[in-house]
Amino acid sequence: MSLLRQKRWNPYLVGIGLGILSWIVFGVMHKALGTSTTIAVAPGAATAAFAPDYVQNQAYWAKYLNPAKGKVFFNWQFFLVLALPVGAWISTLLSGDHFKETVPALWKQRFGPSLIKRSIGAFLGGFLLLFGARMAGGCTSGHGISGSMQLAISSWSFFIAMFASGVVTAFILFGVKGRKNA
Amino acid sequence: MLNVVSPQIIAYGVFTGLVFGFLLQRGGVTRYRVIVGQFLFADFTVLKVMLTAIVVGAVGIWGMRSMGLDVPLHIKSAVLVTNILGGLFFGVGMVLLGYCPGTGVAALGDGSRHAWPGLLGMFAGGAAFAFVYPHIKDNLMKAGSLTATVADKTTNKLTLADVSGLSPWWFIAAIAAGALVVFVILEIAGPKAALTED
Repeated sequence: MSLLRQKRWNPYLVGIGLGILSWIVFGVMHKALGTSTTIAVAPGAATAAFAPDYVQNQAYWAKYLNPAKGKVFFNWQFFLVLALPVGAWISTLLSGDHFKETVPALWKQRFGPSLIKRSIGAFLGGFLLLFGARMAGGCTSGHGISGSMQLAISSWSFFIAMFASGVVTAFILFGVKGRKNA
Repeated sequence: MLNVVSPQIIAYGVFTGLVFGFLLQRGGVTRYRVIVGQFLFADFTVLKVMLTAIVVGAVGIWGMRSMGLDVPLHIKSAVLVTNILGGLFFGVGMVLLGYCPGTGVAALGDGSRHAWPGLLGMFAGGAAFAFVYPHIKDNLMKAGSLTATVADKTTNKLTLADVSGLSPWWFIAAIAAGALVVFVILEIAGPKAALTED
């Protein structure tokens, strides 16, 4: 019981947990952990509600939205993504880790307290994330965790590229001074 | 459009999402400071979580396969140009937003208000890619495609074991040994993550 109430678990314990979750996902469910496909296809599914023909002629969305081939939006990964914030929320309830963040401290030091600036930054970041993830074929879960453990060439290439790009971006944005305050 | 998968698959998805979200929050990786801190080498939580998950997951998955159990792989295509180019975009986005897609969605349940405009950006980025896709799928997405013949089939869904001809266990052992060295160095000389309070 006390473990469930701890605000933070040791990162190695969390890693072991994610590894074991992957055994169940691969071995029992015959799936691979991933999140970005559902997010990228969501606007297509919304469009299909009033313009189904358009979506069926749109090469990318049609790949993932084809009920005749068993490709539906409300699939395994959709329910995973839906439950994801609920799982995080349950964790905070059990541990009492109440947290609210509108503009992160590190961002504030560099770009000021403006909510609008932060929202634009977050929006742009989200845009690049999904654009990049879909171009590469996966994100930190699909490539970074699931793909790397399968020893996929694509996933290790993605992982190394995104880490290098993230380090360069972080030092350009926040610099050595930001590092001290992080 | 309103087709839904079977109740069993729904239960599987919900279970996976709940456990995944729980673990991400407990690990502290639903926090902006922890994610950006990794790229600034100020906090190594992300690397510790990911490398441990990769080693533990690999041992289980390849172990089950070695025992002859039916554990299909889900390898993504090796198109090195787009794997790497996409990764470069992704790294910039991850620092700007402070989350990746999975941790960003989980952060919505961890009190992160600014993850909401991030989610809107993700929808827009996904849609933008869908519009670009027809223009790049026959050129850019084929150009860097790495193919090899595995079990008499030419494919680009390749693992390190496929292209090297070595047993996957060599790679798993190498990754585990590398992770162990990194962990020992981090525990001795790495920054002490102030994860208890935010």
